[in-house]
Amino acid sequence: MRNLLAVIDKEMKVYFASPVAYGVLTVFLLVSGYFFYNILTVFIQRSMMMAVQAQQFGGGAPAMDVPALVERNFFGIVSTIILFMVPMITMATFADERRRATIELLLTSPLTHFELILGKFLAAMGFFVVMLLPTLVYHAFLYLYSSPKMALQPVLSGYLGLLLLGAALISLGIFISTLTESQMVAASVTFGVLLILWVIDLSAQAAGPLVQEILGYVSILNHFDDFSKGVVDSSSLVVYLSFVFLGLFLTYRSIESWRWRT
Amino acid sequence: MIEVDRLTKRYGNLKAVDEVSFQVEKGEILGFLGPNGAGKTTTMRILTCFLPATEGTARVAGYDVFENAMEVKRRIGYLPEHPPLYDEMTVDGYLQFVARIKGVAPEDRRRRLLEVKETVRIEGYGKKLIKHLSKGFKQRVGLAQALIHDPEVLILDEPTVGLDPNQIKEVRELIKSLSGNHTIILSTHILPEVSMTCQRVVIISDGKIVAVDTPENLTRQQQGAAHIYMEARGSEVELQQRLQQIEGVLSVASRPLGEGEVTSYRIETELKQDVRGRIARSVIEEGFELLELRSLQLSLEEVFTQLTTQEEVRSQ
Ligand SMILES: Nc1ncnc2c1ncn2[C@@H]1O[C@H](COP(=O)(O)OP(=O)(O)O)[C@@H](O)[C@H]1O
Ligand SMILES: [Mg+2]
Repeated sequence: MRNLLAVIDKEMKVYFASPVAYGVLTVFLLVSGYFFYNILTVFIQRSMMMAVQAQQFGGGAPAMDVPALVERNFFGIVSTIILFMVPMITMATFADERRRATIELLLTSPLTHFELILGKFLAAMGFFVVMLLPTLVYHAFLYLYSSPKMALQPVLSGYLGLLLLGAALISLGIFISTLTESQMVAASVTFGVLLILWVIDLSAQAAGPLVQEILGYVSILNHFDDFSKGVVDSSSLVVYLSFVFLGLFLTYRSIESWRWRT
Repeated sequence: MIEVDRLTKRYGNLKAVDEVSFQVEKGEILGFLGPNGAGKTTTMRILTCFLPATEGTARVAGYDVFENAMEVKRRIGYLPEHPPLYDEMTVDGYLQFVARIKGVAPEDRRRRLLEVKETVRIEGYGKKLIKHLSKGFKQRVGLAQALIHDPEVLILDEPTVGLDPNQIKEVRELIKSLSGNHTIILSTHILPEVSMTCQRVVIISDGKIVAVDTPENLTRQQQGAAHIYMEARGSEVELQQRLQQIEGVLSVASRPLGEGEVTSYRIETELKQDVRGRIARSVIEEGFELLELRSLQLSLEEVFTQLTTQEEVRSQ
């Protein structure tokens, strides 16, 4: 536990000493803010148009839950933006320790591999949470101006989904970072793999029902949809947690294999 | 304190370390001398549990490096070839982190931090970012890192490489001052370094141990002009006789080289004296023409020469 905290603490210091961290935070804030604003205006316009149409053609205005639609689309967009951010968060975790030979310090200290990997994973999650925190303001804003007051459950489940998705992608990124000494290579490969996951997700949507079902299960992005609708599905939870476990397990094996590789 | 028994490490087909065995007693400084690629770093990485051995065993403070890695890691301070520093951290922040992962108790950390900073003389640099330090100071922080948990055993991989002469002198003195309380293995490819700091030397070349001795013995043998090779023009018989009269000369063997009256001589001399000057003077005074005069190396020296010349070729 003491070791775990030491690793997390050190990782956080290293994160926030790097200009990359501030770049990632800024870009995420700007891009997510831009999309939130866009989505919001689009749906407000649409609902106003529908209200106008309803007046012209008579009959009551059809119910349009603007906040729910905004939330759902916003979480969908954010889950995609994350694909671009996670490689930056994880690229240095092990690659840079190898480049600067600090891995020799870590692996010759009385620190288990488990503590090291978990510490790095939790620190990356910590950074991820810091990155998401400012977006809470958007929801608060929506909540304040919504009438009747919007449901908060989709926001909570949306963030839970983001955390799970983030954890899955981060564990994958950390694994890839053990495979090279170059942060750039780690970032590129991670990004490539995440793009493939994204493509799987898109093709699953376009494919026939059977393929859709199979791909849909594999595609971790697909499982995110439920969360953004306010549904916490236990099978999605299991998929994400297994993915995290797999990523960290591969990381463990990869570190073991450095030592045995001849 | 350290027992290494027929340690072997293969990288694919390459035997980087080949059946290496040696012991280090408590409080001793052992020099690990050999040219680049000799297997020094590999051996040290096995001792520090960074790499597993292919065959053989190593024990530190009675614990096997493979079976009981955690116990070994607790007892070793390790300065790798490249000091393992986080440039973006401050010296204090970095040493705090190392203290934590090395298992220094929270209540002892502050005191240990002050102590090691004093030991390596970086007292005023705690708040500095590591990236702003000179190479010599980085090396000291590297040493401080290895010392922070007051380990019984220190393993230092080429601690003076890349430093300027003043820094080298300081680091060597520092290491010397650490002996007694710590058992130290220090690797180097520089012979004088070993004689200045170590009590015993293991010479390793191509993964094999070629000699284990005290630096005094090694240096004596190196300086002793035990055999001298000479070429001179003039009467072979006359010069033979003249040479034998010189003080310190034990025996002379000669062989004509063919052209003119050129003859080669192999002169055996006493170990403690350098008689080359005397030989040269008398050869010339007697009117002979001196063509060549050099000391022939002893076998251990040959090892050294081989080591050092390879080193020169590499560094050029
Ligand atoms: N990770 C590795 N993979 C393959 N070969 C290696 C590795 N590390 C070292 N070697 C080789 O093993 C030999 C010994 O290297 P090393 O232990 O670094 O020697 P030294 O520290 O004495 O310079 C060299 O020939 C080197 O090229
Ligand atoms: Mg080396």
